[in-house]
Amino acid sequence: MTATTTSARSDLSELGRSETALRTFLHGLPGVDQVGAEQRAAQLGTRSIKTTAKAQAIDLAIRMVDLTTLEGADTPGKVRALAAKALRPDPADPSCPHVGAVCVYPAMVPYVAEVLRGSAVHLASVATAFPSGQAPLEIKLADTRAAVAAGADEIDMVINRGAFLAGRYSEVYDEIVATKEACGDAHLKVILETGELATYDNVRRASWLAMLAGGDFIKTSTGKVPVAATLPVTLVMLEAVRDFRAATGRQVGVKPAGGIKTTKDAIKYLVMVNETVGADWLDPDWFRFGASSLLNDLLMQRTKLTTGVYSGPDYFTLD
Amino acid sequence: MSERVAVRKTYKLFIGGKFPRSESGRSYLVQSSNVSLASRKDARDAVVAARAAVKGWAGATAYNRGQILYRAAEMLEGRREQFVALGIPGDEVDAAVDRWVWYAGWADKLAQVYGGANPVAGPYFNISAPEPTGVVAVVAPERPALLGLVSVIAPAIVTGNTVVVAASPSEPLAAVTLAEVLATSDLPGGVVNILTGAITETAPALAAHMDVNAIDLTGVTDATLAGELEVKAAENLKRVLRPAPADHDWTVDPGVTRMTTLLETKTVWHPKGV
Repeated sequence: MTATTTSARSDLSELGRSETALRTFLHGLPGVDQVGAEQRAAQLGTRSIKTTAKAQAIDLAIRMVDLTTLEGADTPGKVRALAAKALRPDPADPSCPHVGAVCVYPAMVPYVAEVLRGSAVHLASVATAFPSGQAPLEIKLADTRAAVAAGADEIDMVINRGAFLAGRYSEVYDEIVATKEACGDAHLKVILETGELATYDNVRRASWLAMLAGGDFIKTSTGKVPVAATLPVTLVMLEAVRDFRAATGRQVGVKPAGGIKTTKDAIKYLVMVNETVGADWLDPDWFRFGASSLLNDLLMQRTKLTTGVYSGPDYFTLD
Repeated sequence: MSERVAVRKTYKLFIGGKFPRSESGRSYLVQSSNVSLASRKDARDAVVAARAAVKGWAGATAYNRGQILYRAAEMLEGRREQFVALGIPGDEVDAAVDRWVWYAGWADKLAQVYGGANPVAGPYFNISAPEPTGVVAVVAPERPALLGLVSVIAPAIVTGNTVVVAASPSEPLAAVTLAEVLATSDLPGGVVNILTGAITETAPALAAHMDVNAIDLTGVTDATLAGELEVKAAENLKRVLRPAPADHDWTVDPGVTRMTTLLETKTVWHPKGV
C-alpha cells in the first residue's frame, strides 16, 4: 500500500498534463484486498470505548459533524434553525461544543451565513450540479462561484462519475482543478460517490485523482444514492490520504457522509482514523462526518454520560 | 439405534420481536435451564424497540388491536400443555387465557366508556377521547407467573401502548414462553418486550429513562426500591401504578384501573356554528 511513496514529488504534479500519464499512474496503484479491507474495518469496529474516552470521543465527533440538510423542501426558516442548532447543539448544556460546519444547497447559503457570522462554525455548500454532477462545466463553475460569493467557505463538489467510469480521467481531473480555482479561498471537498464507483480499486483511484487535482478533502458520498459511507470504503480513503501525505507532504482531509446515524458508528470511524492515519487526522480540520440525525444521537449519549439517565428523542430538536 | 441427544433450550430475552441473548452475555439458572440475565443496556434497547413500535400499534384501529389480542389468546390456549409442563397449574393457564380475552374485548369499548361529548357553556362540540400514553415499563408480579404477567401486559397494550416488561426473576420461564406465544400471534414486533433477570438492575434504568412514559411497579415488593423508582419516574412525570399488596388476589375481576391509568385524555373543542 505504500508503493506510491516511491514516486518523486515532481512526477506527481506533472501527471495531470497527459491522459496517458494519469491513467498509467492510477492503474499502477496497488489493488485493494477486498476481503482484507472489510475484515480490518470490521475488526476495528469491535473496539470498546467507554467512560471518559467515550465522553472525549463524543465531544470530538460533535465538533466533526457537518450538520447537513439537502432537501428540495429546505426553506430559509429551516436552515436558520439548523444553523442555530450548529452553534449550540444542546441548549441545556453550555459545555457542549459547536459542530464543525453546516452544509446546505447554494440557494440556502445566505440565510445560514447570517446566523453563523462571527462564529467558528464553517459554512459548507454543495455545488457543481449536486448530486449527479451531470451538467456542463460552465454551469458547475458558476454554481461554485455563486456559493462562494454568498458566503460559503467550504465547497462540496461531486466528481463526474460518468467520465471517471468511462476512463476519461483527465476530464475529471481538469474539472476538479477548475472548481478548485473557482473556489478561491474556500476549502474544496471532493465527493467521490463511492456507492457508484463499484470497486475499492476505483475508490482508491478516485481518491488519488481528487488529491492530485488539489482537493482539500475527499468525501465518500452525496447521501443521495442507496449505498453511502461504509467503514471499508473510508478505510481505503484513509490509506490513500496517508500515502498521499507520505508522497507529497500535503495533508488531505476525509469526510464520510450518509448513513452514519449512531454514536456507535461515529466512534468506530474515529477508532479507524486513529489506527489508520493517526492522531494528526483526529481534528475537525481533517476529519468530518456528513450527517444530520447523527448529531441527536451524539447529544443523547452525551446527556446519558453527564446525567446518568437515558435520554429520549423528545428532548432534542427534530431537523 | 443410538439414544437421542437431548436438545436443551436457552431462554432468551424478547426485544423488538426477536429473541436476543443479553448484550452482557450473562445468564442464570432457573429450573435447570439457562435464562438470560438482562442488563440496563438491554433495557435501553428494549425501550428503543418499544418506542419504534408505538406509531404502528397506537395507530392501528381499536378493532384491529382487539383482533390481534384475541389471536394471542388463541395461541396461548394452544400452548396450554407447554405451560403446564413448566409447572403452571392448568387452572392458572385457563384463567390467563380468559383474562387475555377479557382485555381484548375492551379494545374498542374503552373509548366509548371513558371518552365522549362533554357539556360546555359555549357554541362548541367538546369531545374527549382517551389515547395511549406511549411506552410503559412494567415490573411484573413475582407470582402467579403466568396469570400475573398476562394481567399486567394485556391492559397496557390493549389501548395502544407498547411495553417493556421486567419479568418475575424467580419464574421467568413462563414469561419467555409467553413471548413465544406473542411472537407467533399477529402482534407487531416491539409492542411487547420482555426482560428476564434482576429487577434491581433493569427497573431503575427503566424508571429513570426519559423516553418511557409510564411505569407499572406492580411486582416491586421492596418498599424502599419502590420509593426510589417513583422518585426516578418523577423526573419526566411518568404515570405510575403503585406496587400491588402482597396478598393481592389475581383471580378476581381486575377492573379497569390498569387500563385507564395508562391513558392520556385528548379533548377537542369544535365550533358548532349558529
